[in-house]
Amino acid sequence: MDDIIQIKDMTKTFGSGDGAITALRDINLDIRRGEIFGIIGLSGAGKSTLVRCINLLERPTEGSVSVAGKTLTDLSEAELRRARQSIGMIFQSFNLLMQRTVLDNVCFPLELQKMPKSQRQERGMELLRIVGLADRANAYPAQLSGGQKQRVAIARAVANNPQVLLCDEATSALDPNTTRSILDLIRDINRTTGVTVVVITHEMKVIEQICHRVAVIDKSQIVELGDVSEVFTSPKSDIARELILPRHEDGSETGVIPQLVGTKVIRVVFNGGTAYEPLIASLAIDCGIKVNILGADTRNIDGKAFGSMLLGLPHDPLQAARAMAYIQDRQDVVAEEVPDYHA
Amino acid sequence: MPELFTVSPEMLKILPTFPQEIWETLYSTLFSTFFAYVIGLPLGILLVVGERDGILPLPRFLMKFINAIVNIIRSIPFLIFMMMILPLSLIILGTRIGTVASIPPLIIAAAPFVARMVESSLREVDKGVIEAAQAMGCSPMQIIFKVMLPESLPSLLSGATIALTTILGYGAMAGAIGGGGLGKVAINSGYYRNWPDIMLLAVILLILLVQIFQSIGSWLAVRSDKRLTNTKKGRLRK
Repeated sequence: MDDIIQIKDMTKTFGSGDGAITALRDINLDIRRGEIFGIIGLSGAGKSTLVRCINLLERPTEGSVSVAGKTLTDLSEAELRRARQSIGMIFQSFNLLMQRTVLDNVCFPLELQKMPKSQRQERGMELLRIVGLADRANAYPAQLSGGQKQRVAIARAVANNPQVLLCDEATSALDPNTTRSILDLIRDINRTTGVTVVVITHEMKVIEQICHRVAVIDKSQIVELGDVSEVFTSPKSDIARELILPRHEDGSETGVIPQLVGTKVIRVVFNGGTAYEPLIASLAIDCGIKVNILGADTRNIDGKAFGSMLLGLPHDPLQAARAMAYIQDRQDVVAEEVPDYHA
Repeated sequence: MPELFTVSPEMLKILPTFPQEIWETLYSTLFSTFFAYVIGLPLGILLVVGERDGILPLPRFLMKFINAIVNIIRSIPFLIFMMMILPLSLIILGTRIGTVASIPPLIIAAAPFVARMVESSLREVDKGVIEAAQAMGCSPMQIIFKVMLPESLPSLLSGATIALTTILGYGAMAGAIGGGGLGKVAINSGYYRNWPDIMLLAVILLILLVQIFQSIGSWLAVRSDKRLTNTKKGRLRK
């Protein structure tokens, strides 16, 4: 497998002695050329440190980082700066140069490479057309909306035709619609240029919308890694489960109806394909059993349906058993009892 | 002239010298400010980039040394500092009297002040923007000249205006110990010879100069700031 980013036995510690804080511990990660790789975790899990270690904005305390065949941790400062020119990065707070026009921001990395002015402006305009902001070339960042600023930042990050694009919570400051359009843009750029994208986020919907594979990070370590559909349908770690079925602040799961305490509750997981078939309606018509949907979170990933549902079964144990059997008979559906269910 | 402000014979005698004194105040202020920046701007940059987590960390002892010098000079009252340092003018310029002789002490006294002004302006630059520049492969020099200085330009201009008016004030104080210009007129003719109308005129002219410097400086600072989204300003620019 062609791995463009290889992280080996990496540990990052901040401070020293008693006050030392380990932000990352024994990270081993291979990211494949051309994929969109997601890294998800709660805040403080270490994901931002991890992405900063890929271009050595943070230098790992131990271990090595290689990008595109170069072991960055072995390079001199000057060599590292050259290597960074083929790693684009975008940020939650956009980090545009506020005193430069939109076009000059996009041209900035080209200016660093001493590209002649006419040539870099031509390239800059081409990039602005790609991100849909050619008409704002002479505006200043302060005159743009958040989404537009991130588009400028993306154009700037890919100006050098980098091999890798790092996105550090790039959509966390944006509203849902803008988030979607920014993610679409990132996916389009990934498809047209083949750039490898690493996406750091705390939002499952970001992973689900554009990522091929995902690593779940918790308490400084990678706890789970795999294809998005696989991690999504059968999360193994508690933290992945929590991220996929987010809990409210009071600890209840999304959309749960609290008065149904005491009924037997099952979790039904759709593994693709059948979520479009009306399972609950079929259950009611075929078996005459009414179940309660306590919570549902189904999504469309790569054209297939995935997701999970929490169902409250009837009090009657016989009816409950029949419903369970009926659901388990279906293809691509897994049902499991949730014994410790508390609304 | 109204009764309140009768033109005394002394005033008539001194008045023709005012254009020359205004000129001396102007050039000593502008010249001193310029050279205070020649020294203070690099010092201010070093104070920011040379920190332990700065973009170009310098040896600790060097940073401590720069900070100590800046603090020491800034804590000595200017008039006393000037008296201490006037022998330097004697060595460099061969005289310790006159407007020109007051320029070296002005520069040395103002440079640490300028360094602190520059330092605070540069610290206003968003850390995220500097990080983005590092991520793009900027060298420390490129970050200083292409990111930090341009991004903090409005603040640097505001700081320069404050520095200019402060140095104008220092220069007026220098009049007490042989410096030239409006300060000299106010102190010698106004205070020692007790000619209040001359004192008043010199002070009014100093106030006018400060007002003019401040207005130009503020105008330049606002005009240069692209973070202000004033459509009118946008039309002015292109």
